[in-house]
Amino acid sequence: MDVVTSLNNMTFYKKQRRIALRNCGVIDPENIDEYIAFDGYKALATVFEQLSPDQVIDNVKQSGLRGRGGGGFPTGRKWELASAKQSDIKYVICNADEGDPGAFMDRSILEGDPHSVIEAMTICGYAIGANEGKIYIRAEYPLAIHRLERAIADAREYGFIGKNCNGNGFDFDIEIKYGAGSFVCGEETALIRSMEGERGEPTMRPPYPADEGYWGKPTNVNNVETFANIPSIILNGAKWFADIGTDKSKGTKVFSLAGKVNNVGLIEVPMGITLREVIYDIGGGIAGGKAFKAVQTGGPSGGCLTADDLNTPIDYENLLAVGSMMGSGGMIVMDESDCMVDFAKFYMEFLVEESCGKCTPCREGTKRLHELLAKITQGEAALKDLQTIRQLCEVVKDSSLCGLGQTAPNPVLSTMTKFSKEYLAHITDHKCPAGKCTALLRFSVDEGNCTGCTLCKKACPTQAITGEVKQVHYIEQSKCIRCDACYKVCKFDAIIKK
Amino acid sequence: MTGCTKNKNQLLYDELAHFIADLPERKGALISVLHKAQSIFGYLPREVQEFVAGQLKIPVSKVYGVVEFYAFFTMKPKGQIPISICLGTACFIKGAKDVLSELKQILSIDVGEVTPDGRFSIDTLRCVGTCAMAPVIMIDEKVYGNVERKDVKKIIREHQ
Repeated sequence: MDVVTSLNNMTFYKKQRRIALRNCGVIDPENIDEYIAFDGYKALATVFEQLSPDQVIDNVKQSGLRGRGGGGFPTGRKWELASAKQSDIKYVICNADEGDPGAFMDRSILEGDPHSVIEAMTICGYAIGANEGKIYIRAEYPLAIHRLERAIADAREYGFIGKNCNGNGFDFDIEIKYGAGSFVCGEETALIRSMEGERGEPTMRPPYPADEGYWGKPTNVNNVETFANIPSIILNGAKWFADIGTDKSKGTKVFSLAGKVNNVGLIEVPMGITLREVIYDIGGGIAGGKAFKAVQTGGPSGGCLTADDLNTPIDYENLLAVGSMMGSGGMIVMDESDCMVDFAKFYMEFLVEESCGKCTPCREGTKRLHELLAKITQGEAALKDLQTIRQLCEVVKDSSLCGLGQTAPNPVLSTMTKFSKEYLAHITDHKCPAGKCTALLRFSVDEGNCTGCTLCKKACPTQAITGEVKQVHYIEQSKCIRCDACYKVCKFDAIIKK
Repeated sequence: MTGCTKNKNQLLYDELAHFIADLPERKGALISVLHKAQSIFGYLPREVQEFVAGQLKIPVSKVYGVVEFYAFFTMKPKGQIPISICLGTACFIKGAKDVLSELKQILSIDVGEVTPDGRFSIDTLRCVGTCAMAPVIMIDEKVYGNVERKDVKKIIREHQ
């Protein structure tokens, strides 16, 4: 057996490179001194002592850092736009409304290294000329909120934020604002409305927040992970950061690797690493010896990738080219037992609930798409429904107001393109190849395995199962409602569903 | 008895009124106030919404509009032990729907309902950010990870 001498030699860590997560799990997040001991607030001091606001912006531009919330807009450019605007008040907002179901990068950074975000926001404030910072965080993250509150109080006590930060005559303070559970509030205009105490409905852009944001003032909104990269860029230089990654996507990206892989958890990898390396080297392959089927990136706005895409180097452009997107960093791996129609339906159900209802294509379109997908999983769809779905997807994509609606059809379109046979099997053969859609399954008893324990008979809600104790049981098809209850209680693998 | 309940209720309204009075700024404070109100009353019935509207001098329709928009706010009371089950993508893939159906069957209630004795209620969540432990159930702030169908009974028994 190989002896692992250091953490970085473990297969899980070997291919990772930690910049945004550099302190997570290393320092005590509730102790500001530990953060300082790991070069914390050194970037802020460097900025105050050696760099003009324009030089800071230039550094961030040179580094090539792009928005980690999913959009991928160049961060330095965003800062430059907000900086160019003349105004008595400007705001720096940290978007910590991590609504993508299946992703927890921001939560981990806020819980593991809250000061890195506070330091970066202060640097941003100095660069664009803002004196007020706000962190918009989900109320579902109580521990992250607690640690942020503590970190803000400590940073204020140490004089890193507040009046006359670091004794440099610059005022900057941070306040926490709470979300209340709405996915669309991750969109920056909706987030700003929500911070103003309104319904979180997006507004038309332009005007962009850099021109008219929070309370109509110039506002710069960045995601938690984007901010967490800033101190390292200042300390190590833009070139150091720009040397990592691919041509157009620099640095690293944090992914939450979840689903059917052996090693699940948060990973940070250099841009340009392949999906294969992430799933097989870091993730340790598919759990339970099953076969890989697909990996979903980009959350409800992204798409599914197949085995053919595994050698794709991960960056913003490449993921778009193969039909998905970077997104905020959710990476869900699926195996052969997952049904792609059912999965697309899952996302659509999510989007139906989370659509804010302001614009018709998104509000009505997502609902109709969900109904059509449900029809397929029930085995009640006809081939022409596929055409209707495609047309509807195009309409929703082209005519929705904000990013949520414009990308809502992606999970459907990508699965329809990459798994068209699976859709057809549901419609023409009335079969779910993955064995997930229970309405399309036929339940029967494997005579070789059945011990006659009567468990299934007792569990069956419609008395469709007959058989005496210690005798092989039988399922009467006309009574079976395909509820899966017998399959779940059987301890002998004696229920076959096909 | 009635007097006693009334007094207790009055104290809760007083607490909310104090919170509102102490706000540094009322502009844009509606969501913070509703968070506070829900933590005091446990839910946001019509009367509480009317009270908030009166205190902040805004129309009740606006308060209702915000309450109804956000998933975190609820107009129905929860059980003494609110059980939340995550239906995020990772939990979905790992079989959260099976766990939910078991939960519904054992408690004989649907999502958003409370057991007749007022003890348990079931809610669904969209990702608590513990995807590595999927599927998860949350009771108060305690997270139960890698929950399987067979574990549900045991978890409920812990709280009975």
